[in-house]
Amino acid sequence: MTGGPGTGPDPKLIGDCVHCGFCLPTCPTYVLWGEEMDSPRGRIHLMGQHVEGTPITPEMAGHFDACLGCMACVTACPSGVRYDRLIEQTRVAVEREHERDPQERAVRGLVFSLFPYPSRLRLLRPGTGLARQMAGFLGRAHPSLGAMAALAPRVPRRQRLPRLVRARGERRAVVGMLTGCVQREFFPQVNAATARVLALEGCDVVIPRQGCCGALSVHSGREDQARRLARRTVRTFERAGVDTVVVNAAGCGSSMKEYADLLGKRPVFRVVDLSEFLAELGPAAERHPLPMTVAYHDACHLAHAQGVRAQPRALLGAIPGLELREVPESAICCGSAGTYNIFQPEAARDLGDRKAAAVAATGAELLVSANPGCTMQISAAMRRAGREIRVAHVAEVLDASLRGVSLGRDA
Amino acid sequence: MLDSLTAALRELLPHDAVITDPVRLRTYECDGLTYHRATPGVVVLPESAEQIAGVVRLCNETGVPFVARGSGTGLSGGALPREDGVLIVTSKMRRILEIDLPNRRAVVEPGVTNLAITEAVRDQGFYYAPDPSSQQVCSIGGNVAENSGGAHCLKHGFTVNHVEACEVVTPDGDIVVLDRMDPGYDLLGAFVGSEGTLGVATKVTVRLTRVPEAVTTVLAAYGTIEQGGEAVSAIIAAGIVPAAIEMMDALSIEAAEAAVRCAYPSGAGAVLIVELDGPRAEVARQFARLLEICSGAFELRVADDPAERAAIWKGRKSAFAAVGRISPAYIVQDGVVPRTSLPQVLAAIDGLSREHGIRVANVFHAGDGNLHPLVLFDDAEPGAGERAEAVSGAILDLCIRHGGSITGEHGVGVDKAKHMPRMFSADDLDTMQLVRCAFDPRGLSNPGKVFPTPRLCGEVPGVRRGVHPLVESGKAEQF
Repeated sequence: MTGGPGTGPDPKLIGDCVHCGFCLPTCPTYVLWGEEMDSPRGRIHLMGQHVEGTPITPEMAGHFDACLGCMACVTACPSGVRYDRLIEQTRVAVEREHERDPQERAVRGLVFSLFPYPSRLRLLRPGTGLARQMAGFLGRAHPSLGAMAALAPRVPRRQRLPRLVRARGERRAVVGMLTGCVQREFFPQVNAATARVLALEGCDVVIPRQGCCGALSVHSGREDQARRLARRTVRTFERAGVDTVVVNAAGCGSSMKEYADLLGKRPVFRVVDLSEFLAELGPAAERHPLPMTVAYHDACHLAHAQGVRAQPRALLGAIPGLELREVPESAICCGSAGTYNIFQPEAARDLGDRKAAAVAATGAELLVSANPGCTMQISAAMRRAGREIRVAHVAEVLDASLRGVSLGRDA
Repeated sequence: MLDSLTAALRELLPHDAVITDPVRLRTYECDGLTYHRATPGVVVLPESAEQIAGVVRLCNETGVPFVARGSGTGLSGGALPREDGVLIVTSKMRRILEIDLPNRRAVVEPGVTNLAITEAVRDQGFYYAPDPSSQQVCSIGGNVAENSGGAHCLKHGFTVNHVEACEVVTPDGDIVVLDRMDPGYDLLGAFVGSEGTLGVATKVTVRLTRVPEAVTTVLAAYGTIEQGGEAVSAIIAAGIVPAAIEMMDALSIEAAEAAVRCAYPSGAGAVLIVELDGPRAEVARQFARLLEICSGAFELRVADDPAERAAIWKGRKSAFAAVGRISPAYIVQDGVVPRTSLPQVLAAIDGLSREHGIRVANVFHAGDGNLHPLVLFDDAEPGAGERAEAVSGAILDLCIRHGGSITGEHGVGVDKAKHMPRMFSADDLDTMQLVRCAFDPRGLSNPGKVFPTPRLCGEVPGVRRGVHPLVESGKAEQF
């Protein structure tokens, strides 16, 4: 994202790839299809071809679009190739140079004028019934729209959060909190739980009025929209006067940590994931027992993009009575990947089914996921497989334990 | 020729299993060795032995050469495609067909990764022993073609020691089974390590090994590589056969540190990783002896549990790709010397490195004298690639001079074919060609690999007409 107009993937970053192939088995699309062009190594090769002067052909664009941006390859790469940067730079080039067919353009336009705007997103909430009522029609109009409608979860009553939630007991920190778009509209109970957990652990929680952080746009190569939204978010939290912003959505957190690259300027606050922050802060409040079996799902934008794996497991593991189970193939993406399950519904569905089988194999009663996209994706896949499972955010589980109540039914 | 073949391939295979788009084809232009590149004429992604046999038969009908490729991680260019040929990629054939624990064997398709076999049986207390550093990605079909080794070959042997049978599509398109138990010539032995020149493996029956009762891993840090080398000789001389003895020099430690923060002792000129496995009592006895032998190390770390062991191995396993962190480009060399020559050969490599101004990092399976010098260079610097090639080639000459070999486990491929005449006489090479021609008289199966010149067995693609030169010279008979 660092380049100006007309720049594509950075040849120096491409040159870091030594073609060892260690990324192949970690790549969800390679796992599905076994084709070089749909592996990170193959995509980097395609980027190299483009840099050498090959125009972006529809085939090439298709392979870039098929990348989930899950960053599992970044974790696996022994040579330290910055595939995350490369694919973002490439997506910008694709958006600039590749002429999409009119129908695809229309769908993308619709999604990107919907998701980053919570007030518009509200229309999709099943409370209004719009999405479910129109599901059939949307699916016939375009598979992407059908996928979008099918994902919308049942949403509990809207909860409006105050601008400031005071610390309980001794104040140990003051933090800002990102409420997110999908998180706020589809999972308001997660934001409420996050604020309560932070307050119970001794934090003043500042929750300014805010918009989209720009993550979905960054991950889709919509650079201008991404910059605009990022600048606004930076202004919001700078005005709020906090030096730490806690984020409970993996995708948002990973993008916000890269603001310096996107905007060319480091924000004055630091961005931390909720689990990362709580692990660092250390426990103060008492944990009440929650006797249940829990499978923890590694969100790609948490595990791969932010390297946060141990902290949520440690937080969950410290709850008395809670038994933590590992999901097999946990490093492979569930297929949600931001807008991926909307634009690439078939691949997303296959990956969702694979993840659902893995989650079911744990036999756990509850799945914990730290990203709203994953939560919707895996819930939908489990429903399809007839293995419906309760899904909750780390914040909700901690909230229940800290308050000594059972986990809410809506979780 | 290729056009009519492509049309026939489209008849034979599902639509998306035949790749002809030039942009897509180029992503297959090289394997793990990027120094040699060739865009394949056409790529096919078959899903069964029958489909592969069909492809090979079509190649025979049209006289078009074919090359098999698994995960494309080979380091000698063994899967380098032919511009005038078909690249048969087995990456969609990755089913584990059968696991037979009572008989300790598993039947897998060629695209299954080496590690996937172990993962499938680990919970039952078994594993697949050969463990090349790329084990999480390299395919078992490729392992069979290259007779792949790995760190634990010292005690447990190479791929050839762990393959019980192979279903093979022969170069003329028949599906046959080569079984270790077959009486007569050990054709399976000939096939394993034949680098794709004798046919394409379509099903592999591997041997499963019991996870040892005890494993102890020791990391010993030495000030100099000579001290490390002496320790290796002393361990073997004491009659201990560890599962693995690995050595890394300062430069490769630096790279591994940069890549995976392996936290090996700082200031080490060499680290030795020694792994003992087997019955608990035996491991304990060997361990005590090992500690005496390694008393000259300035730091010793011992790992008894899987997590500690993984921490020790992490740096070693990532070493090849990790040098990408300290050098823009590099050549991974693979040679063998008698263990006792290690110190002289390493000193000579150091000399070559200084003479040409090219850094060389050394990672090796010290126990069996298998060197992996990593020749580092900057491909943006004019002439650096050529100097690196010169150093890399000179290292192989060194190995030959000391009575060793030009490859321990990466294969000859396209990269080392030119070195074969330095190691073998013309008669030796002719004899190898006799074997080759018995399987592949038309020279269609991975031509241009292993052998330096196309003079004997129709390495030139195209339909051979008339009597084969070997037959004519009375060296071979065709049935």
